[in-house]
Amino acid sequence: MKHVNRIITILVFIFLYIPMIVLGIASFNSGTDVAVFKSFTLSQYGNLFRDQSLLELLRNSLIIAVLSSVIATVFGTMASVGIYAMRGRMRRAVMTLTDIPMTNPDIVTGVSLALLFAFTGTALRLNSVLGFWTLLIAHITFNFPYVILNVMPKLQQMDPELVDAALDLGCSPMKAFTKVVIHEIMPGVLSGALMAFTMSLDDFVISYFVTGSSFITLPVEIYNYTKKPIQPKIYALFTLMFAVILLLMVLMNLLQARSDKAKGRAAARRVRV
Amino acid sequence: MKNKLLACPYIVWMVLFTIIPLGIVFYYAFTDSGTGAFTLANMASMGSYLPIFLRSIWLSLFSALICLLIGYPVAYFIAQCKPSTQRLLELLIMLPMCMSFLLRTLAWVSMLEDTGIINTFLRHLGLAPLPLIRTNGAVILGMVYNYLPYMILPLYSVIMKIDNRLLEAARDLGCTPVNTFTKVILPLSAPGILSGLTMVFVPAVSTFYISQKLGSTGTTLIGDVIESQFKTAYNPNLGAAMSLVLMILIFICVSIMNRFGESEEETEVIAKV
Repeated sequence: MKHVNRIITILVFIFLYIPMIVLGIASFNSGTDVAVFKSFTLSQYGNLFRDQSLLELLRNSLIIAVLSSVIATVFGTMASVGIYAMRGRMRRAVMTLTDIPMTNPDIVTGVSLALLFAFTGTALRLNSVLGFWTLLIAHITFNFPYVILNVMPKLQQMDPELVDAALDLGCSPMKAFTKVVIHEIMPGVLSGALMAFTMSLDDFVISYFVTGSSFITLPVEIYNYTKKPIQPKIYALFTLMFAVILLLMVLMNLLQARSDKAKGRAAARRVRV
Repeated sequence: MKNKLLACPYIVWMVLFTIIPLGIVFYYAFTDSGTGAFTLANMASMGSYLPIFLRSIWLSLFSALICLLIGYPVAYFIAQCKPSTQRLLELLIMLPMCMSFLLRTLAWVSMLEDTGIINTFLRHLGLAPLPLIRTNGAVILGMVYNYLPYMILPLYSVIMKIDNRLLEAARDLGCTPVNTFTKVILPLSAPGILSGLTMVFVPAVSTFYISQKLGSTGTTLIGDVIESQFKTAYNPNLGAAMSLVLMILIFICVSIMNRFGESEEETEVIAKV
């Protein structure tokens, strides 16, 4: 049985990575047809870096992703501490509120926000409100649940007596928070922020409905590109992004392995003492 | 406690940007696009879209089941690897989720096209080309490909938590490996199966890009119709009505799945007793 599982796993990984390989090879192809490999070239990468508009789109995406994930992380962490202090029906109500963007399909979230903006636009008699701000609002909204669902479990794992001890030892509530609580929930905050950042960077469906022509992110423009015959420099962009993300993940993996090892050693030392 | 107040900005934000937009969807669904008067015409016209709704449901349910069938062995296999391999494989499952799903879907287009990679290959072998793209099969393939990680990750995290001693106990009490699997492992992984099915089904049933690129006019999905109401046909009232029906539909499907889950959990408790 284990062999069957191993074979299925290998096949699934091949299946998952075939498109990456196809696009990777296409990025070095001098022809425009993906199915026919003409000759090896690096010119697509050159074209990519000379394309100012594409770099600007990438910059737009990064601006939105950084701003929305930072804002969602700060207010989401605050909210988690607040929700943690709540009990019973109130807490359930707020958690239901958090679940709405998670369970609603992206298209419904996008459409509902688009209608809200259209509605306020006509109410304020503005021509078009769609642009940077609507995009930022939408991204903060769908980022919030990722932060809260990552921070809440850490708060629940935290020993509540730690805070009491800090208060007993003369900390102000604020100091108890910055000295004790923050350290306990930090892993959750970081993974929430990272998740929010990647979700925001890669979001297409919601952005597509709430963005105007004044401020466009990379995924939305890629969608516009793919309606026309696609330019090979997009393959180069994809391959570069793949390489960057792969590198980041390997680095994270190494750091994690090292900290696990350090933790293991520290634990072993403690046991010996 | 004033801690609770920390959640205030968040609650206000979520009411403004999730509850009110959903209210506006509701409002648009029941008003006329020209006059803004109350009407049931939008909802009444849903009947003619019934075939599209049904097609969306069966294609995405079928995809979710395929994801379960091929995702379960993978999750099971990863859960049995040693920790460092586990972390690596988990990252490799997550990596495609961070890459632009538009471009990955496009890679499948270039493989399945009539003049694509697979058919070019077949022609070189002297075989007749296959009609691969613009079929239900291609749409299902696109869904399975895009959402498979969303099935594997929850399954993996649930299988990881299964207590090994339970498996040993089952073996000691005379269970065959098949029995151990069906009586112990499978019931214990039910929560993962359910959340996996939901996480595949919800985005699949509401997708529009996959069916646009890999399907044909005969495989129009509900997401395509909503998208066109907002982007080309411009009838937001009809689009809002459809979003509302889609939301209700997903709500029903998810609660049915959860109902199944509850009954399974009950039998699990009984089995334990």
